[in-house]
Amino acid sequence: MSLIPDVLAVIGRFTIASLGAIGRLARFAGLAVSHMVRPPFYLGRVAEQMLHIGYFSLPVVGLTALFTGAALAQQIYVGGSRFNAESAVAAITVIGIVRELGPVLGGLMVAGRVSSSMAAEIGTMRVTEQIDAMTTLSTEPFKYLIAPRIWASVLVLPLLTMVANIIGVMGGFLIATERLGFNPANYLKVTHQYLEWDDVASSLVKAAVFGFIIALMGSYHGYTSSGGAAGVGRATTNAVVSAFILILLANLIITVIVFGS
Amino acid sequence: MSNAPTPAPTPAKIALTGVSKRFGPKVVLDGIDLSVARGQSLVVIGGSGSGKSVLLKCVLGLLKPDAGRIQVDGQDVVGLRGDARRRVLDKFGMLFQGAALFDSLPVWRNVAFGLMQGHGMKAKEAREVAIENLRRVGLNPDVADLKPAELSGGMQKRVGLARAIAAKPEIIFFDEPTTGLDPIMADVINHLIVERVRDLGATTITITHDMSSVRKIADRVAMLYHGKIVWEGPRAVIDDSGNPYVDQFVHGKADGPIQMDIKRG
Repeated sequence: MSLIPDVLAVIGRFTIASLGAIGRLARFAGLAVSHMVRPPFYLGRVAEQMLHIGYFSLPVVGLTALFTGAALAQQIYVGGSRFNAESAVAAITVIGIVRELGPVLGGLMVAGRVSSSMAAEIGTMRVTEQIDAMTTLSTEPFKYLIAPRIWASVLVLPLLTMVANIIGVMGGFLIATERLGFNPANYLKVTHQYLEWDDVASSLVKAAVFGFIIALMGSYHGYTSSGGAAGVGRATTNAVVSAFILILLANLIITVIVFGS
Repeated sequence: MSNAPTPAPTPAKIALTGVSKRFGPKVVLDGIDLSVARGQSLVVIGGSGSGKSVLLKCVLGLLKPDAGRIQVDGQDVVGLRGDARRRVLDKFGMLFQGAALFDSLPVWRNVAFGLMQGHGMKAKEAREVAIENLRRVGLNPDVADLKPAELSGGMQKRVGLARAIAAKPEIIFFDEPTTGLDPIMADVINHLIVERVRDLGATTITITHDMSSVRKIADRVAMLYHGKIVWEGPRAVIDDSGNPYVDQFVHGKADGPIQMDIKRG
């Protein structure tokens, strides 16, 4: 008899908790953005974070793009051969890489590497009172810790994605020319012919949005962590999982907006 | 015996009136009235979880009290934001329980952090000031370029003290300054605190459950129990307060009005 009220109570509690979490995240994001656009700007900290997020992510992003581009070209060739469309390998590979796989896989790989380390570092600072200490030393933690990380991530993800796109197309080129017998000059010509400015622009816009998500999730979960080492561990996991989900959701939204019509 | 708060002899540097704070159902501070005169050293004693750290964090604005008034130099500080808050924080220095040194920065940058980030001092001058402050707490300039993880617990406390006094604050808070140290190192830290505070003429609040710190540092002592100040008086009468809570705490007896919580509420 009491099953329906119980279910409604569970739904109600879940809804309130979800809205509360969204509200807290939105408030945190608003505060972070307001500190990003007001001085003082810690440019040295931004450069340090760009190095950490961008340069040190190059190997993992590059390898991911290379293997994915190569596998994509092979799959398109095999699939295309079922209806005599093997010649579409170059066109579909470049569109697939630049529009989707370059920014999305790059974003996911950087999220795995960077969101977790940001959450762990900021979370440890939170539970060891280093963030409180910073406040008592007349330094706003949002300006010193969070704004530089978000700026760096937003600026560096488009650059990483450009690199990923080029290496991904290169991976497809290598498989197509070395294994599938395509003519190299012809492959590059078709690649260039089918790549449009909108594809590149959408790729870079996606990357900047993913960069914001990655740094926001790492910072938010670290900054709000509590409960010692276990709390920092939870913050790290939550940062990566939420960054992954939000990147895939944002990718869908941007794709529908840009290419939906 | 002194059950009622004694009026401060000089105008209050810090004054708390009816300050309350709760976390969920747990009442941590329950209508605290407390004042500290300029240049005075107040030590707040009480068991673990009695709300001592929350008290300091409310004054610093790290936590917002649910009710009550906190004044520093006569200015209400609850809810201050932006530049107004920064100006108030400029008056404070704090030594945290675990020192709370920034792991990623060398020792001298830790000491000079407030001077460089908060006051815009250039690195060269800040390094000299940091090394001078390290000397004041008995540390050799050689430690300036080490990372905090390379220091012992006692040295970390000294660096924390050097950081707390580097900007010559008017008010210094000490959160369990001797916790985790051996008795000799604890005495060294207590001695340094007394000397450096005397140099600066600062007003201080120390929270501790270490009675040797109380005897060395305090001008006045207040005891916090279940979110209330149950006794306040001069250090000289701490052993003869006539207050059963203070007697039990000072003599470390299991029997008495203070009941230890087994479970956190």
